Amino acid sequence: MNENIISHEELAMTAPTIKISARNVDVHYDKTHAIRGVSAEIPSNSVTAFIGPSGCGKSTFLRCLNRMNDTIKNCQVSGDIMLDGEDIYDPKVDPVQLRAKVGMVFQKPNPFPKSIYDNVAYGPRIHGLARDKSDLDGIVEQALRRAAIWGEVKDRLSAPGTGLSGGQQQRVCIARAIATAPEVLLMDEPCSALDPIATAQIEELIDELRQNYSVVIVTHSMHQAARISQKTAFFHMGTLVEFGDTKTVFTNPRDPQTESYITGRIG
Amino acid sequence: MIEPNPHKSLFVASAQTKQRATAEKRFHMLGLTAIFIALSMLAILMTTIVAKGSGAFQQSFITLDVALLEAKLDKKGTRNPDNLKKVTTFGYAPLIKAAMEQIVVARGIETDLTSKDMAAIVSKSAAAQMRDRVLNDPRLIGTTTEFKFLANSWIDGYLKGRVTRETIGKNKNISSAQLDFADRLIELGIIEKSFNIQFILGADASDQRPEDAGIGVAIIGSFAMMCVVLLLALPIGVAASIYLEEFAPENRLTDFIEVNVANLAAVPSIVFGILGLAFFINMMHLPQSAPLVGGLVLTLMTLPTIIISTRAALKAVPPSIRSAALGVGASKMQTTIHHVLPLATPGILTGTILGLAQALGETAPLLLIGMIGYVATNMPETVSQGLLSPNSAMPAQIYEWAKRADPAFYERAWGGIIILLIFLVTMNLIAVRLRRRFERRW
Repeated sequence: MNENIISHEELAMTAPTIKISARNVDVHYDKTHAIRGVSAEIPSNSVTAFIGPSGCGKSTFLRCLNRMNDTIKNCQVSGDIMLDGEDIYDPKVDPVQLRAKVGMVFQKPNPFPKSIYDNVAYGPRIHGLARDKSDLDGIVEQALRRAAIWGEVKDRLSAPGTGLSGGQQQRVCIARAIATAPEVLLMDEPCSALDPIATAQIEELIDELRQNYSVVIVTHSMHQAARISQKTAFFHMGTLVEFGDTKTVFTNPRDPQTESYITGRIG
Repeated sequence: MIEPNPHKSLFVASAQTKQRATAEKRFHMLGLTAIFIALSMLAILMTTIVAKGSGAFQQSFITLDVALLEAKLDKKGTRNPDNLKKVTTFGYAPLIKAAMEQIVVARGIETDLTSKDMAAIVSKSAAAQMRDRVLNDPRLIGTTTEFKFLANSWIDGYLKGRVTRETIGKNKNISSAQLDFADRLIELGIIEKSFNIQFILGADASDQRPEDAGIGVAIIGSFAMMCVVLLLALPIGVAASIYLEEFAPENRLTDFIEVNVANLAAVPSIVFGILGLAFFINMMHLPQSAPLVGGLVLTLMTLPTIIISTRAALKAVPPSIRSAALGVGASKMQTTIHHVLPLATPGILTGTILGLAQALGETAPLLLIGMIGYVATNMPETVSQGLLSPNSAMPAQIYEWAKRADPAFYERAWGGIIILLIFLVTMNLIAVRLRRRFERRW
């Protein structure tokens, strides 16, 4: 445990269990050292926000958590990342199985150019989660309900997902991620392409998702981080500068860099 | 100095603006001129082809009542098929002379021609035509039956205006007396021009009877080759592109492969022809002149085109779709098969059909593997015959006709070009349609 980043007391107060624990994670792209010795523990059933200026490595670190970095050429990840005590970079781990457990929502809504139903049903289909058609229908409905979009799309499930508005598309993408029954939801700036109303809807949704999932969200908006997260991690130049309760990070930051960033002096 | 000048009116164009406007106008005119030149070239091409080629679809026919004498065709009177077959086309030829004499007498035509010269205006294919019909239906023997014979190419040319009394001069094939005789037969409605389906369905004919030559067998040859190309080049090309684009590691070897694929697309087609001759025929001992070999050679030639267009289509699929699929836990292969490939389908199909169209019009490699010239006299009857027995292809057939001496073949070459173009336009239309359909689905 890295003492200068997080204390046991703080952790014990807000988060009963640790979902993901990362220790000394380094990421290299070719000669670029993108992440330097990051250690963090992400609690379950809460929202953890990653903030920091552009290029600070917060998205890279997020993508380490479901091994999406595997698909990037020359990307080297070292250190340990444990999900429920299991090393996700162990050679025995199939990233496909990991990604069903750790779902991801991307910056730009990226529904498949298929029907809304097929978008949500795709994950359960390839993972064999549904026994039959009615079972699959149930999963799709539940996922769309949890993503707070069911009411808007229930009458047009066979319409193409790409025909929805940006905010609706993003919620369908969240439903798609939920449908594989994940335990963790990673969100990479999920509201950056949305208007304020859609953003408010997604934020409300994220707060509800906390009941069932551990949510990790990368955001550029400090207000958003303050509004929806319980834990906040501040990244700068590839290092994790500060990680703690959102309230503490925003009201009483320990590190002067964090203070500069949240007061708008760097970034 | 950057200072605002309130005295400058927007209604007065400055010298520079005027210059710019002129340049723009000039550029506009340049573009229009280029389009106009291109369109007039196309118009010249199309009118020439249609004007010169449409004649091939019309042919002059001579309708004669021929007495099929038993004494000539079946001396024993047994109608035994084996005996009937023993009578060659030479046995049938006198019947045409007799039929001509019959007409001269019956219709009161005045002519100094011998019966041999009169019969000469009928195509040399006539005897074979009669023999085939008699062998098919021996009951015709002993009756007088109406036959619609092809006129020979000189008479046909006379009807089409290609041959005149001035141009024949000392031509040994036709005399002005024969033309006079033909004129009388035209007046009597015995010689008539009509649509010639045999040009589209028939086989090539020897130098002696251009009027009998058709492009049908060559169409089958081309079709068989296209089947081979489609069945081989599409799966191989798509599989290779998917591997190179989605799975291959980026290293020197894949770079090398990439450069070579691009280079292969630019290799002259005749090189593929000589490769096919050396490898498929000399080494693997596949039959010469066979559409299978032609198809294999054209496959080699088409592969780079298909690979390049398929890779471009795969590259055009947005990476966010791949991320989305990987993000819900699809494997690399599932991502490719379920999401990337369907989105790339319109591009792949367009590339494939354009590659096929290119292969359909290819002549040079076929020269080297012997798919040219007077190689097939009959339609192939089975699929394996279609693939393995000697055949030609449409462009090779056109080339063959164009180089023969008789001007009647020249007309057929143009006619063949019309048919080839119809095929190419059809294929392009199919490409457009498929593209639209798949794009609408997604």
